[in-house]
Amino acid sequence: MNTQKLLNAVDGFSTTVGRTCAWLIVALMLLVCGDVVLRYVFNRPSQWGFELSTMLYGALFMMCGAYTLAQDGHVRGDFLYGSMKPRTQAGLDLTLYLLFFLPGISALVYAGWDFAGNSWAIKEHSSITADGPPLYPFKMLIPIAGALVLLQGLAEIVRCIECLKTGHWPPRISDVEEIDVVKTQLEQATHVDEGARAQAIAGVTQIEEGAHQRAAGGQK
Amino acid sequence: MSSGFLGLSMLGLIVIAIMMGFPTAFTLMGLGMIFGFVAYFDPSQSAIANRVFDLMVQRTYGGMTNDTLLSIPLFVLMGYVIERAALVDKMFHAVQLSFRRLPASLAVATLIVCTFWGIASGIVGAVVVLMGVIALRPMLAAGYDTRLAAGVITAGGTLGILIPPSVMLIVYAAVAGQSVVKLYAAAMVPGFLLAFLYFIYIIGWAMIDPKVAPRLPADQLRIDVPKATQQLTGYFGTNALLASIKAVFSPAKVKLAAQLAVAQSASAAALKSEPGLLASLTYRQAWRSLGAALMPLLLTAATLGASWWYVVVHSAPVAVEQAVVGGSLQEPPGAATDSGGASSGVQEPPGSAAAKEPAPRGGVQDPPGAAGTANPVESGAIATTAVAAAAAVGASTSHVPTAFYPIFWSLFVLGAVALVLYYRSFRGENLTVAALLIESVMPLAILTAMVLIVILFGITTATESAAVGAFGAFLLAWRSGQLTMEKTREAVYLTAKTTAMVCWLFVGSALFSAVFALHGGQELIEKWIMGMNLTPIQFLLLSQALIFILGWPLEWTEIIVIFVPIFLPLLTHFQVDPLLFATMVAVNLQAAFLSPPVAMSAFYLKGVAPAHVTLNQIFAGMMPYMFIVILCLVLMYLFPGMTLWLPEFLYGR
Repeated sequence: MNTQKLLNAVDGFSTTVGRTCAWLIVALMLLVCGDVVLRYVFNRPSQWGFELSTMLYGALFMMCGAYTLAQDGHVRGDFLYGSMKPRTQAGLDLTLYLLFFLPGISALVYAGWDFAGNSWAIKEHSSITADGPPLYPFKMLIPIAGALVLLQGLAEIVRCIECLKTGHWPPRISDVEEIDVVKTQLEQATHVDEGARAQAIAGVTQIEEGAHQRAAGGQK
Repeated sequence: MSSGFLGLSMLGLIVIAIMMGFPTAFTLMGLGMIFGFVAYFDPSQSAIANRVFDLMVQRTYGGMTNDTLLSIPLFVLMGYVIERAALVDKMFHAVQLSFRRLPASLAVATLIVCTFWGIASGIVGAVVVLMGVIALRPMLAAGYDTRLAAGVITAGGTLGILIPPSVMLIVYAAVAGQSVVKLYAAAMVPGFLLAFLYFIYIIGWAMIDPKVAPRLPADQLRIDVPKATQQLTGYFGTNALLASIKAVFSPAKVKLAAQLAVAQSASAAALKSEPGLLASLTYRQAWRSLGAALMPLLLTAATLGASWWYVVVHSAPVAVEQAVVGGSLQEPPGAATDSGGASSGVQEPPGSAAAKEPAPRGGVQDPPGAAGTANPVESGAIATTAVAAAAAVGASTSHVPTAFYPIFWSLFVLGAVALVLYYRSFRGENLTVAALLIESVMPLAILTAMVLIVILFGITTATESAAVGAFGAFLLAWRSGQLTMEKTREAVYLTAKTTAMVCWLFVGSALFSAVFALHGGQELIEKWIMGMNLTPIQFLLLSQALIFILGWPLEWTEIIVIFVPIFLPLLTHFQVDPLLFATMVAVNLQAAFLSPPVAMSAFYLKGVAPAHVTLNQIFAGMMPYMFIVILCLVLMYLFPGMTLWLPEFLYGR
């Protein structure tokens, strides 16, 4: 059970970092809205607004990469994969993690470190506007985000090995899913058949899983 | 540098790796990295100095500073917040009541809600499941054909990824280096045309064969008119508009009416023990009814007024300048991303008002305004002809297109006639439906329409309006009392995950496609396709067929990010307009998502449908919609002007 603890620790770390950085979207929204007000109401666009918004966006998606991986949220072609047995899935995943993921992401960390280091050495500032914001902390995010994804990827490799041993996937930290909104909506619905509503609320997760295992769904 | 063979094996490997189900972003990065290393390999330098590392980090940084992709998290946030803020169930109820006289009214309401919801939120899976619970059972219970009921949900549910503001088009714009606003403008007409064709299909089928969609029994058509409205119409006269006007001008009588109603029910010995249950008319409610009753008139007047203001007042100086300076303007008037001068340089096509102008629907008893915004589909066709005509004359020297006034006045008359007809039989029920629509549909409709209008008319950039739209969605949630910390958290986390998924994929594909070109894979494919001596139509057929087939097993993200770029450089050679191609790809993916037996939405629907609905019935229901999409593609090819007139009209060439 120690492996599961390790997995939970790494998943938890990625998730915490990702969820914290996820709030950057609210900051981004407020920043752009503020900029809109400054520009269209007071006719005085802010100097750093555009670049800061780009940085918020860049930080948002880079720092949430590991979180998304920890939640299995990166898009994958699940057409065949969805209907495979867990062991087959794990075997395939393990091979491809070793073959593609490790070289790709290690290279990103290494190259990003170099890239950010150069920028850091000259204390690079943006040159889009005069006296632009500093770029080196932003560039530093590349190796940091890469390292986070790499760490999560190692956890995924352990997860694959664990699945190969036991035949079923070790659980992930539960998190909000796209389909959860069905629950939220139906709980407040007033014009819906009661039985159908209860059934749908109870079965939301299975609906999603069932849909992803398209071949299995077809035999029902 | 190296043979195209390596490039082609990259393409082969990526297809295999995607099929094996590995996260595509990392497959792309890994393949790009390995093949790039080989391409740049130089025995005389050390392995860690290989230039592929520079390429990789440059591409990543490019993704992080991509100002097209910047609007994705904002639009996604807007969608997730709206999903939690507006209740589909109420919306469906209100729309269904307002369309109760149409044949197949439940199916029509389903289509409208799906389309509208899709536009606002842009998320596919959830809407199909949701409508499967909310709309499928009522349709089946009313005796609708299972195929009709299932088909309309699956087809309507996928429209949201096509009609702007759609995330798919932003990703396409980022991949192809297109302008988002132009793509949005181009997708507008085909998107609504598709919805309109669906609409025709449903109505047509129900009219030819009424058995598939029996009329609802009378008791389901009855509208529960609130007590206060009943008292209002009971005391002040059956016409709810006149009644509310009278009530507003005589507060004393309102009290009297309420007392009378109380006395009546008291004499009937009902509710005496629980007087709290007896909602009686108050003066505030009288004002509120008046507001609801006048809303259709206000919306009609506002759209007409706004279109007049744009065409005649707003665009006047620029149009004159255009006429004087002619083609030698320093900056094309339509440079929509340029925020300063261009904001005044863009005209609103007079017909855009018609998109919300419900005039031609006089025969149907809905509040024209609210239904018009919720359902731009029908009037879309009229808008098309109106603006096309206006655009044709738009080039003339006068800044007001000559066709504007005839069209404007005829729309004005039509609107007036429709409103008169509408208000002549404006009973308590109509007032109730209007109030329901105003409550459930209108805030979201106005928010969505505003976001689109400010983007399309170049008033703000896509990013800015997405941010304002997201903020508006929060306001909407707050107003409807749905804004809780829990829901905000959900929306924020989901936004983070979706954005990370799309953008990491974009970064991966940027590296991949650079290395693919480096190995000459791109060149080889181009030579090969050009060697086939295709005519433009053959090329279009080939590329669209390939994308269609790829759409079966793959998600739209993968197709747009990996496979579409392969065709893009060939467009100039075959003289295919890049905007037309982009829109055709977007429409085409709709067909792919509706093609049995791989379509996701069918499986989503199967998950919530009653047990007796089989997958085969759902597939049978979906099939015709797939053919409708293909018909739409053919129409788009035959009449490219349909797609291109709006971007050309708004932004020039």
